[in-house]
Amino acid sequence: MFPLSSTMELTQATTLGLALVIGLGFGFFLEKAGFGSTRKLAAVFYFYDMAVVKVMFTAIVTAMAGIFILSSAGALDFAELYIEPSNYPAAIIGGIVFGVGFIVGGYCPGTSLAAAATGKIDGWVFIAGIFIGSYAYAEFLSGFDTWLAASARPDVTLPSLTGIPMGWFVLLFIGFLALAGWGMSLAEKKFAGLRP
Amino acid sequence: MSSMTAANAPAGTATKRVPAPYWNPYLAGFGLGLVLLAAYLIAGRGLGATGAFSSVAAWLANLISPEHAQASAVHARYLESGSPATAWLVWLLAGSFIGAGVSGYMAGRTSLTIERGPSITDNQRLVLALVGGIIAGVGAKIARGCTSGQALTGAAVLNAGSLVFMGAVFVAGYAVAWLFARKEWL
Repeated sequence: MFPLSSTMELTQATTLGLALVIGLGFGFFLEKAGFGSTRKLAAVFYFYDMAVVKVMFTAIVTAMAGIFILSSAGALDFAELYIEPSNYPAAIIGGIVFGVGFIVGGYCPGTSLAAAATGKIDGWVFIAGIFIGSYAYAEFLSGFDTWLAASARPDVTLPSLTGIPMGWFVLLFIGFLALAGWGMSLAEKKFAGLRP
Repeated sequence: MSSMTAANAPAGTATKRVPAPYWNPYLAGFGLGLVLLAAYLIAGRGLGATGAFSSVAAWLANLISPEHAQASAVHARYLESGSPATAWLVWLLAGSFIGAGVSGYMAGRTSLTIERGPSITDNQRLVLALVGGIIAGVGAKIARGCTSGQALTGAAVLNAGSLVFMGAVFVAGYAVAWLFARKEWL
């Protein structure tokens, strides 16, 4: 039955309309979580407000559990889902560069959009930066990109790597979220004095 | 809207009201997770924020010089998948912008401001936002995704590369935050 993209013939207009609707929900919850505020985002790195990590982990666990339950029940064909091919060096280098940009600029791409949508000028400037960065990458690093595409391995997931079924990882992540939630509430108390 | 705040507000900011508090993070995260799940169920793939920028960048490069755009494998890849006007990620991003705008407006959080740490100036903040945006843009392209397209989307299906990416983002973020960026934010 799911994903609809492989079981139904969707017109381009329908597909793009659905993208818009999913985007509406994405932006709505990002903003409601406080991700449109650069200081709320930066706070996570100084431990006095861990909301960003709480939101991210809860979202991951929710979607993961839903995907697991629906695919176990036969309603979702997991093999039809797009899994970005893995390339560890690129993930590490890109992650480090991205992390530096995140703390220096105070946003990531999705959150800068939420900031811009609520009038933050620094959000608009960050968006201009992403655009310049994307453009520069296409201009100067296209050789690297070709290597990247050629050397990435498709469908590398923890279950496929370890042979342990997805359900165990879902339980592990739920347990980890509970433990991390407790740890984060302790950290927030300990670092409360850092709040500017 | 509270009349008390309107009365207390300085001249020129009469339309400002006390912003509603952010949602409980676990509740907001649950909502975000359902949106991510919906994206997988409907489109067979998760969310993404950076791809739309590349799509527009390729379109712009092609507008300036088609030969030049084709010379870049990255531009060519995005051009192949068509105009930004019909790109899934561009519509997703447009929706996100509207969704965040509506949420912020309803909560009284919309105002033309520069948000920054207390120890830097507005101009310093804008320079850092631009530089950080450029760095994050390049990083997201190297990693083939950002916090949305890799971290959230990939982690939900236990994509190993995405989990490695997420780890690297946080390690670098925490290191720079404590070694170099304390003056920027605290």
